[in-house]
Amino acid sequence: MCEEINQWYMLTVIGKDQPGIVAHLSTLLYKQGCHLGEASMIRLGGNFTIMLMIRCGIKDHDLIAYLAEQSRQLELHIHCDLINGLLHHHREPDVRISVHSADRMGIVAHVTSVLATAGLDILNLESDIAGTELAPIYIMHIEGCATQGISALRTALNEINDMSISIESIQTVFG
Amino acid sequence: MALHKILRYPDARLKIISEPVINFDQQLRVLLADLVETMDAAPYGVGIAAPQIGFQQRIIIVDCTKTRRPVPNHGRLILVNPELITWDGMALGREGCMSIPDYTGNVIRAVHIELHALNESGEKNSYQFENFEARAVQHELDHLEGILFIDRLVSRRTDLFQRKS
Repeated sequence: MCEEINQWYMLTVIGKDQPGIVAHLSTLLYKQGCHLGEASMIRLGGNFTIMLMIRCGIKDHDLIAYLAEQSRQLELHIHCDLINGLLHHHREPDVRISVHSADRMGIVAHVTSVLATAGLDILNLESDIAGTELAPIYIMHIEGCATQGISALRTALNEINDMSISIESIQTVFG
Repeated sequence: MALHKILRYPDARLKIISEPVINFDQQLRVLLADLVETMDAAPYGVGIAAPQIGFQQRIIIVDCTKTRRPVPNHGRLILVNPELITWDGMALGREGCMSIPDYTGNVIRAVHIELHALNESGEKNSYQFENFEARAVQHELDHLEGILFIDRLVSRRTDLFQRKS
């Protein structure tokens, strides 16, 4: 927990998904004079989740208390951490890896360990459980920077034979 | 030759539809040289359109020899009064723009295009572009219509679903 003011914070909010949560939270933050930075909201397993950069002059515990009080009916779990709000320094991924397999324990650990050893710096990872309860399918997409080149990643991934993995380069048009 | 300042969003001049070039004279040659110099000054910049430096004329320059990894290309092309004749296929790909620093996004573009354009002397040429180079050309053509790639963004998450290239 941090006591500093007028700093960037990472606000994390989770709870049962229901309509209007983003509007509710962003309005409360606006009323408290908070500036919003980058944000990512996604439904995970039917739950509402959002991570939201905010900059404000309120102490984080005061902000959490205010948001909790104003959001009691929504039963949200709210967390806030001081962060270094480094905007305008995006890194561009140069490779995309897609993985799918019958679901089992250890897929992410195995794949990401192999990729890390071969020089992948992960910038974005998303996964879903598809299929059915009796036959779940794990689907994962990763974007990142291949610090040792994409061929190093291809070679490393060749050792994984029990799941479907594709890898393709991302070439960005700058015009 | 002169290095020009790139106009940046939300400069309203980026939203103006450009006019066809009529005179193929010394003034045009100077503008073309300036465009090339300004494009070359941007790391990995593979294209530029005249409106990006404040000239609302239908001129684009594309040079896909400047990519991080080599792609098939026609070399440096000066395309005056370009006309899209045919297009085929659709693909998502990542784009950025000198007029919108520090942001890239996914945009759907045609995979193959046929283009007619005049060169710096006013001679008509026909081109076939595909994949990355076709994307670069379409990105620059949009500038001539006052359209930016952020007008065509597709969710990054949508892009995560695997697709045929």
